[in-house]
Amino acid sequence: MLSSPYIREQSSVSVIMLKVMLALIPGIAAYVWYFGPAILISLGVASIAALIFEAAAVAMRGWPVRPVLMDGSALVTAWLLALSIPPIAPWWLTVAGVFFAIIVAKHLYGGLGNNIFNPAMVGYAVLIISFPVQMTHWPAPLALAGHHLNLADTAHFIFSDTLPAGEKIDAISSATPLDTLRTQLQLHRSVAAIEQMPIFGYFAGKGSETVALMFLLGGVYLWLTRIITWHIPLALLTALALVAAVFHFIDPQHYAGAWFHLVAGGTILGAFFIATDPISGATTPRGKLIFGAAIGLLIFLIREFGGYPDGVAFAVLLMNIAVPLIDAYTQPPVYGHKKVQK
Amino acid sequence: MNSYRDIITNGLWKQNPGMIQLLGLCPLLAISNNVVNAMGLGLATALVMAFSNAGVSSVRNLVSHETRIPIFILIIAALVTIIDMAMNAFVHPLYLVLGIFVPLIVTNCIVLARTEAFAAKNPVLPSLLDGFMMGLGVTLVLVTLGAVREIIGKGTLLSGIDLAFGPVAKNWVIHVIPNYPGFLLAILPPGAFFGLGMIIALRNWWDQREQRKAVFMPVTATTA
Repeated sequence: MLSSPYIREQSSVSVIMLKVMLALIPGIAAYVWYFGPAILISLGVASIAALIFEAAAVAMRGWPVRPVLMDGSALVTAWLLALSIPPIAPWWLTVAGVFFAIIVAKHLYGGLGNNIFNPAMVGYAVLIISFPVQMTHWPAPLALAGHHLNLADTAHFIFSDTLPAGEKIDAISSATPLDTLRTQLQLHRSVAAIEQMPIFGYFAGKGSETVALMFLLGGVYLWLTRIITWHIPLALLTALALVAAVFHFIDPQHYAGAWFHLVAGGTILGAFFIATDPISGATTPRGKLIFGAAIGLLIFLIREFGGYPDGVAFAVLLMNIAVPLIDAYTQPPVYGHKKVQK
Repeated sequence: MNSYRDIITNGLWKQNPGMIQLLGLCPLLAISNNVVNAMGLGLATALVMAFSNAGVSSVRNLVSHETRIPIFILIIAALVTIIDMAMNAFVHPLYLVLGIFVPLIVTNCIVLARTEAFAAKNPVLPSLLDGFMMGLGVTLVLVTLGAVREIIGKGTLLSGIDLAFGPVAKNWVIHVIPNYPGFLLAILPPGAFFGLGMIIALRNWWDQREQRKAVFMPVTATTA
């Protein structure tokens, strides 16, 4: 016997998480194409670690393990973390990050639905603060790398920290475009001259710009399937582009343009997959706009004036703190009322 | 009114300043990045607390209610100055590492809290013991936190022991985990918050377990 509403939708947590992972696939494929298979190994390590930590935490809390593992939220956290850190990082680095994401940021705060901070970004923040050296070993785009590592060599490097004879870490890794921009600007070169360097492509980094566009594709899919709303990504990207464009207009020698900031680093992944986390992000429509715009502004400030190469993680974490305040001040009026009763 | 036994268990466990009262956390969090620093500051605080409690207790009947706080603070400040100078003279390298946190013992709220809550109402000898035991309670938590942070952060124990005992002690350092890559977060301030949070959680878990035992014990006794 049916009763209204008649349009039904399968939108359990596991379906949502499955769609999020599906939306990440094009970006991951582009990642493998441009940077080699290392990301597949780090995704695998992160996934296994996440399932083990999640199962352990759930079992210790006396909850049924299987249904919680099947909801896929731990896997999404693991994937987002793995996509945020260098894929050729040693395996224990990934595991340590996942530990902080799942055990500390998620379960110590009460588990799925109760965590005030984005778990993947907590994992990232812990790693970038604790292991700054390993966190700078990004793989060079295959088109520029001195030598290509095959899957077996990559696995060997990740698990035992040894490269094939005659190889050096410098030959397979390179600074990211954001890092390059920062260090070259300190050498008093202009932005236009720096962007002629081989690591740069059309908008931002060679290869990484295509990966970012693939993540954009996945993000649009999430929007079309109503997993996320347009508010946070649009506000984030608009705010970042605006402030970047203003600075670039005033001083093009020292500030990269809007396109660079939109495509470089973790902007797209952050805007569509990380800042849109329904648990740790703002929930009201107006609140989402404020939340997204503030993250965009913070990303720019941290990139240009801060000490860390990319600002997405810290921007998201800082705004996570402000979410209760934002939500409290942006409550939409109840249907039928004109204004919120103060 | 308070038996000495109660004073000791209150200071070290039941009313532990670091885990239960949660007073004087600022130096606790700032200086607990290794065992030697933690021990140094902890013992200095314990000495100050013992003698400031004794001093306050001995003048407790001469001080009017309205002027008590400035007078207590003067007593504490005089004692901290003595400890400060003594550490500067006898363990100078350690004194340099602890820096501002030795003079800041004056402002540590647990010191004033004990003079106000205990010494101002009790005779000299119990007050002395209370101050010292509360101080040891702080030291206990400081050293535990210091040990956890040092092992996780650097993989060693007792690093910097030569600051207190001179160059002879250089090889007393224990390398718990050889070839450890280091985990900077544990040494940095967030590590102190994580560590203290874990210690308090562990303590609460333990207390709840004891309570549950205490509740169920008579029931099982009657059924058996």
